[in-house]
Formats: sequence, structure tokens, C-alpha cells
Amino acid sequence: MIIDLPPGLLLLGAGLLAPLVPVRMRAAFLLLAPAAEFVQLLSLAPGMTLRSEVFGFALEWVRVDRLSLAFGYIFAIAALLNVIFAWHLRSRLEPSAAMVYAGAAMAAVFAGDLLTLFLYWELTAVAAVLVIWARGSERAFRAGFRYIVVQLASGMLLAAGAALRYAETGSLAFGAIGLDQAGGVLLLLAFGVKCAFPFLHNWLQDAYPEATVTGTVVLSAFTTKLGIYALARSFPGTEMLIWIGTAMAAFPIFYAVIENDLRRVLAYSMNNQLGFMVVGVGLGTEMSLNGTVAHAFADILFKGLLFMSMGAVLFRTGTVNGTNLGGLYKSMPWTAGFCIIGAASISAFPLFSGFVTKSLIMTATAADGRLLEWLILLFASAGVFHHAGIKIPYFAFFAHDAGIRCKEAPANMLIAMGLAAALCVGIGVFPGLFYSILPFAVAYEPYTASHVVAQLQLLVFSALAFAVLMRTGIYPQELRSVNLDFDWLYRRAAFCAVQRATTFTSGCIHRLGAILSHAAAWMLAQGERRTSAGQFMADGGSTRGMALWVMVMLVSYLVLYYI
Amino acid sequence: MSVALHMPVLQVVVPLLSAPLAVLARRGSLPFMFTTAAAWFAFATSIALWMEVEHGAVLSYFIGSWPAPWGIEYRVDRLSALFLLLVSGLAAVVLPYSRRSIQAEIPREQHYLFYALFSLCLAGLLGITVTADAFNIFVFLEIASLSTYVMIALGRDRRALVASYQYLVMGTIGATFFVIGVGLLYLMTGTLNLPDMAERLAAERHTRPVLAALAFITVGLSLKLALFPLHQWLPNAYTYAPSAVTAFLAGTATKVSLYVLVRFYYSVFGESLVFRHLPLPEIMLLLSLAAMFVASGIAIFQRDFKKLLAWSSIGQIGYITLGLSFDTVTGLTASLVNLFNQAVTKCGLFLLLGGAVIVAGGSTLERLAGLGRTMPLTSFGIVIGGLGLIGVPGTAGFISKWYLVLAALERGEWWLVFAVLLSSLLAVAYVWRFVEAAYFRPAPPGRPPRREAPASLLIPAWLMIAASVYFGLDTSVTVGSASGAAEMLIGVKK
Repeated sequence: MIIDLPPGLLLLGAGLLAPLVPVRMRAAFLLLAPAAEFVQLLSLAPGMTLRSEVFGFALEWVRVDRLSLAFGYIFAIAALLNVIFAWHLRSRLEPSAAMVYAGAAMAAVFAGDLLTLFLYWELTAVAAVLVIWARGSERAFRAGFRYIVVQLASGMLLAAGAALRYAETGSLAFGAIGLDQAGGVLLLLAFGVKCAFPFLHNWLQDAYPEATVTGTVVLSAFTTKLGIYALARSFPGTEMLIWIGTAMAAFPIFYAVIENDLRRVLAYSMNNQLGFMVVGVGLGTEMSLNGTVAHAFADILFKGLLFMSMGAVLFRTGTVNGTNLGGLYKSMPWTAGFCIIGAASISAFPLFSGFVTKSLIMTATAADGRLLEWLILLFASAGVFHHAGIKIPYFAFFAHDAGIRCKEAPANMLIAMGLAAALCVGIGVFPGLFYSILPFAVAYEPYTASHVVAQLQLLVFSALAFAVLMRTGIYPQELRSVNLDFDWLYRRAAFCAVQRATTFTSGCIHRLGAILSHAAAWMLAQGERRTSAGQFMADGGSTRGMALWVMVMLVSYLVLYYI
Repeated sequence: MSVALHMPVLQVVVPLLSAPLAVLARRGSLPFMFTTAAAWFAFATSIALWMEVEHGAVLSYFIGSWPAPWGIEYRVDRLSALFLLLVSGLAAVVLPYSRRSIQAEIPREQHYLFYALFSLCLAGLLGITVTADAFNIFVFLEIASLSTYVMIALGRDRRALVASYQYLVMGTIGATFFVIGVGLLYLMTGTLNLPDMAERLAAERHTRPVLAALAFITVGLSLKLALFPLHQWLPNAYTYAPSAVTAFLAGTATKVSLYVLVRFYYSVFGESLVFRHLPLPEIMLLLSLAAMFVASGIAIFQRDFKKLLAWSSIGQIGYITLGLSFDTVTGLTASLVNLFNQAVTKCGLFLLLGGAVIVAGGSTLERLAGLGRTMPLTSFGIVIGGLGLIGVPGTAGFISKWYLVLAALERGEWWLVFAVLLSSLLAVAYVWRFVEAAYFRPAPPGRPPRREAPASLLIPAWLMIAASVYFGLDTSVTVGSASGAAEMLIGVKK
């Protein structure tokens, strides 16, 4: 079957046209795009494709299968929620950039070859950095700059990987790839940057919390999930990913516990959730891949919901630092309620979305006989509840009353949060319907007595630990501090090194030229004294230096040719 | 049609004649009209020639009907047609721009000289491209170079004089080396006609004079095309020349020298001598890498944006010679495509910058601060051109790098792929310098709040920028001609 219009282009076009639409109708105009896109997605069936020949390469602009469809649905939903949440914006740039970003991500998900993927991959990076810069602050500008450098590097890795792969296999197909050739390794690295693998992850915590109230919500949905999608498409069953994933799930917990900026806490928790998905890809069984897709789907909703609630707090109070907040439930009861639903979902409470999605991955890990990994993931699950499930709502809305009195979040934000919350609960309550859109058939029943009881035990003990630590005062205090992460290495150390090296090299060249020109000057001076030809040139000796280089080149060519 | 038969020579003669006409007319807008008409004529002719040779035909034209080894032959094949198109096309765009631009930069009484020199330079560059006679190349090289020196010296800044003087010394050394090389070849073969010379050289390949000729020609032309480390004349010359001159030179002068180098390597010395028996590809590879990294690195630390672009040109020349050093059809294609795209992009950038200099009063990054708000069209164009320098998909620069990477992979040298990508990161850094200044810093006090460059400057500049995007999307002209030329050159000796 042939498709007329590649999915995602509707969003892209709407985003590009939006600045021309009068400001009052802009939000409504933008709302139409994801709605229309969703209708288009419903009309697609696995197996549809759109191919053409460009630059002599056979490109597959669109490839529809169950994996890409699942990501397509959730991207359309996320784009829709974002428009509603950002309804109040009057800015020309941010909503359009966000829509282009969503469109590029969706088009990337439906790309059937690496070259098409690369085009949209870069477009997501460019559009996303505009979303970050829309905040307009100095910090946002710097963070955005670091973000774009990392994302473009990922794009270059992807391009290099694609080119290598083309040289190795003669095909640009974006399918299962594996690590047996060099091209595959580069592609894994490119995807790994987007998925925020350990040591490649800092752009996430760095940039996301610096965006606007609405921008962070947009950012949280697409880039990392696109990375997960690419990973699930190309590297299912890659053993190494299991360990990378478990590391990703475990280490951000510690950072999240000590971080003060609540949106940055969520960014760390995002890293942790991505870890679960990466493990699912690494296992590569039907069940675990289902789990990865399902968890990505659910994560976009509940992480979006949490970012929305923190965004609403930031919008009304001007801060999201744990130290400055507290007691907000009196002023913003609805926001608090939605935040708790998001927190319950991410913590995998029964009847909420995280419960029915994460368990797919956990069960698949256990089914594969991996006890150690399973235990680490269990620890990570408890940690999630700790920092995202309790800490976020507790410090923002309860804890000690900071005395802030403000209005409830605007209606459009409440509607967006309400829709997201409804979806979180809906998935948790009716998992069967949700399971039917996953790539493979699901024969799994999340609501068994033992599973529910085990999960509740885990949550209750985690809550108990939080309570005891808070009571006894052992819980790390929220401090206004900067926590050093791996990025210090490249943000400070490497930058200085590059600067030194370049200055040094150009210095060497100049010095070599100076030495040569001094030598030449001496010879010329000898010659001048005899011929008394007078002054050669007023402007230093640089022309002599240049001429000398010419001689050096000539002599070296001659010597090398004659050898 | 008889005029059509004479197209190869008219291409050169018409601009050459417009130079004295411009001097005779002297006042008013006649010099401008003569020169522009000549350039447009040359452009139209080159399009016609390009279409004629597109399918592999070779046009030979014998001056005064003297047959080849004795008379001077003009020869148009796919390689020279591509360069004719490039040179005359850039001239046709830059000239309308120059009318308004030089009013701000050159005293009125010298305008006719500018147009006369521009015509001479154009005639020289086209002559180099079209002739098949080694000594003729030297003559045209000198015509083009001498007029260039004077055009640079017309620059408003007094440092233009020193820059022009240095370029004169270096350019003359380069031309002398070239003519020494040609002399040695003449000594060995007794002919100056390039195809004839190639035939006779076949027997003399490994004699010392031929090797010495190769060395002299390589060094002389490396100097002209500013291959690292013989690039040192370029930054000041580009920086202090009038904007229209810089834009034209950046797109043509170094590129035509590269054409001569390619011509001599493949059509005279022969691929097997140059690339298989001598360490030349290795040397060229090293120098190209050095250019890519050192020049781009130096570009990052420039404070004058015009000089920054000049250093970036030196870095980009590294990409061009890198492709050449591979000695494969893909490598040569990459090199030619790179050259074409780079010429278009750089020309557009310098044109836009020229407009900005007139309004902002200087090309230092401090002067250009806040340009994104005061001159949105100009700065946006510069950003797009900058993306082309980086090689972002959708711009011509991406196509060039893509083919370069393909060529490197074809030879299995994947570390070169990393080198190319790494040096693109340096380009990101220096393009960023402009973005930061224009969009994130406040405008210096005293700048009018919002004033664009005049339309007569913006339109030609944006035409080039649009072309640089167009060639990033539709590659049939660039890649088609370049690969055709590459196949022709490498196929000839096989």
C-alpha cells in the first residue's frame, strides 16, 4: 500500500505556518494538527510504505508497522496535550518550534532508512534547541548551546554510522542492525546519546530544567523516546544493553534524592525510567520489547503529567526549588491531585499506568533468569517511588508550609493535566485495551494477587523508609547546591584542553615561521650588506616568512620525488 | 551558426574588450554597463557551452585556424565547462551588487578602474579555464592576478595596501614557479599544447626535469590556491579588499588555480605518475588535514568576521584537496562538488557581510553585535550560509561532505570520516561566534534600530544563499557534472 502523506508532515507544516496565523487563532490552529495527525494514523495499517529514489539511494520515507504505529499514537497524543498545556502562550516562536519538533520526531519514527532517519534526527535537535532558547535567560541559552552540540554530535555519529553501514552492506535499511560491524557500533552510540546512556546523559539534566514552563513538558516527550524507539528497532537482544540499562536505572536515584530543583529531580528520574526501557530492549524477547514500548508510552504520559504539574507550580510561584516550596496544596488543590496521580503512576501503584507497563519488563527479566539485574531493577523501582513518588508531591505541596499563596493553575493547564491523568488511570485500569496496540500479542495478566501484594509491599516499605529518614533527620537536606556530575569533565577540563591545543598549534606555526624568517632575515642582512640594496619591507618580516615556506615546500617535494 | 562556433573564444574576448571600453567611457554608469553586459554574456555563453558538452562532447577551437600543436587551442570539456559556469555565474551576480557596494568603499573617480580591472580579472580567469595551451595559462594567470592585486589595493583600509603587496610578492613567486615548471616541460617535449604534451611525456615520465616540473607546478599552484602552509597571504587579502572583490575572489581565484592543478595532474602528467609512483597523495593528505584543523581552529579565535571567513576558506580548501588526494572517481567528484558548493556559499556569505559592513560600519564581531535584530534578513542569510559551511543536511555543504565521506569509506579509511566530522565541529564553533554576536548580544550604541542593507545588495546576496540551499536539494547539476568530469579525467588514462 502506498501512503500519500508521510506521518509527521502535518505537524511539521502546521508548526511552520503557525507564526503566520493571528495570535488569537494560533492555539486552535495548532490543536487541529495533532488531531488530524491522529486520524491519519488510525487510517494506517502495518505494511504500508512510501519509497523513492534520491541521489541514487533507494529511500523508504515511510514504513508502517506495529512498533512505529505505537510510538506514532503516543507522539500525536503528547503533541495534543502540549498544545492544550501551552494554550496561554502568546509567543510566536515556542509553540511553532514545539510543533515542528513533534512533527520531526514522528516522521523519524516512521522513517524506513537511515538517511531519512538522519534528516529528521537533526531536525528534532534544531527544533528542540529553539524550544530551550525560548526561555530567553542566559542560563537557558548556555544550556541550549551545550544541548545542540551534543545532539548534533549524535547526528554526526548517526551519519557516520549510516555511511559505514552503507559501505559494509550496501544498504541503508533501518532495521535490526546488531554490533558485528563498525557501523553498528557508531549507530548504537548515536542512539545512546539520545537515550541518555550513562556518561552520555548529562545534556538531559542540563537542558530540560532550563526550558520554559511549557518547553520542558514538550522536551520530555520526544527526544529520549525517539532514541528508545531507534534502539528497539535496531538493537533488540543486545546483551550489553541489559547492563547499561540497569546502570541507568540505578545511578540517577542518588542524584535525584539530593537535587533541590524539582524539575531537575524529574529529569534524573527520566533517566531512571529510560533505564528500564533499555533493559527491555537488551533482553529482546517479545514480552520485554512489549514492555519497552508500553513503558515508553506510559512514561510520556506520567512524566509529562509530572512536568506539567511542576510547570504549573513554576508558573504560579516562580520557583521549583524544594527549599522554597511547601504547603501549596491549599492554593493549588487540583494541581496537587494531578501530581499525585502522576507520582502514583511512575511509582507503579496498582491501578495506575506504571504498574501494568513496568511489570512487563520486570517479568521478562525474571523469565530470562537474571536474578542480579532483577534485584537492581527492584531497588531502582523502590528508589523511583522514593524520589519521584513521594519527594516531588511532598516537597511541593505538603512538607512545611512556605507561606506561598497563589491562584490555582490556569484552566488550560488543568485540562491538559486532567487528560493526562485520565489516560494514566485508564491504562492502569484497563490494561487489556492498551496491550492490544503493542507490537506483539500479550499474554500477561498484571492483576494477580501475588503481583499486587508484592508491589504494595515494596511501596509501603519504601514509604516507611522515607518517613523514618525524615523523622530522624537523616534524610539529605535540600540544599541550594550544584551537584557535580560527569559533565564537569567535558564542560571544564576538555574545553580548556582544546583551547590550549589550538593556541599551541597556531603558536608553533607562527614561531616556526618566525624562526625561519629570522634565519632568512640574517641571510638577507648578509646579502644586503654586500649589495646595500636597502630596506626590504617595512611591515615586519612576514613576507619573507611566507616566501621561505614556499622554498621549504619546493625542496621537500623535490627531495621526496627524487628519492 | 557561425557565432555559436566561436563561443569558446568569445567567452574570453568579450570581457577582455569591455576593460578598455570601461576606461574609455570613464564617467557615468557606462563602465558598469559594459562590464555587467560582458559578464552576463559570458554567463549565457558558458551555459550554452555547458549544455553542449554535458554528454561528453569536447569542443576544440583553433585560434586563427592554426591546427593544434602549432596554434593555440581552446578546449571545452566537462571539467572546464563546470568552471566556466562557476566563474561567469559568480561574476554575473557580483557585478550588479558591486554598483551600490563600491559607492561606499571606493572613491567615485576610481570606479571606472574597478570595472576595468574586474573585466580583466574575469577575462583572465575564464581564459585559464578555457585554454589548452600551457603558456597561455600562465599569461591569463598573470592577467587575472595583476588585476586582482590592484582590486585588493582599492580597499578602504590602509592595510589593504600591505595585504595587496604581500599577495603580489607571493602571487608572483607562485606564477614564476608555474612558468618554470612549464618551461621544463617545454624543454622535455617541445610543445605547449596540453594534449600534445601529455602524449609526448609518456616516454619521458620519470626523468628528473619532469619530476622537477611537477614539483614547481605543484608548489606554484599550491601557493595560488592557498593550500596550507602556503596560505598566509590569503587572510589579509580577503579581509581588506572591497566586499565585492572578496566575494568574487573567494568564489573563483583559488578555485581556478585548483582547476589548473587538476588539469595538469590528470591531463598532462597522468594519474599513474602523480598518484602511484610519487608520495604526492600522502603529502597532500597531510597538508589537507592540517588545513582542515589548524585553519579552522584559528578561524574560531578571530575577532573580525571577514577574517574569520577567510580562515574558514583555507580550512575548506583542505576538504577540496583531501578529495583530490584520494585519486578515485568518488574522491575527485567530492573535491569538485565541494569546490563548487563552497564557492557559491562563501560568495553569498561575503556578499551579505558586505551589506552588513556598510550599515554597521565594520566587520569585527563587536560591530556586528545585535545584528539579528537590526538586520534580520542579512543575519538570517549568514546563518544559513554558516550552516552550509558546517555541512548541515539541506544545504550544499552537506552534499560535499557526504561525498567526501563516501570517498573515504570507499578506500576503507574510516578514520578520515572521523577527521571530517571532527573538523565540522570546528566549523560549528566558528559559525557560532557570529550567531552569538548577532543574536545574543545587544547592538552597540549609535546603530539605527532597524535598517536592512539596500535591496540592490540583498537580492544578489540572497540569490547566492538560495543557490547554496538549492544545490543542497537538487544535485543533478553539481554532482552530475562533477562526476562526469571525474570519470572523464580518470577514465582517460586507464
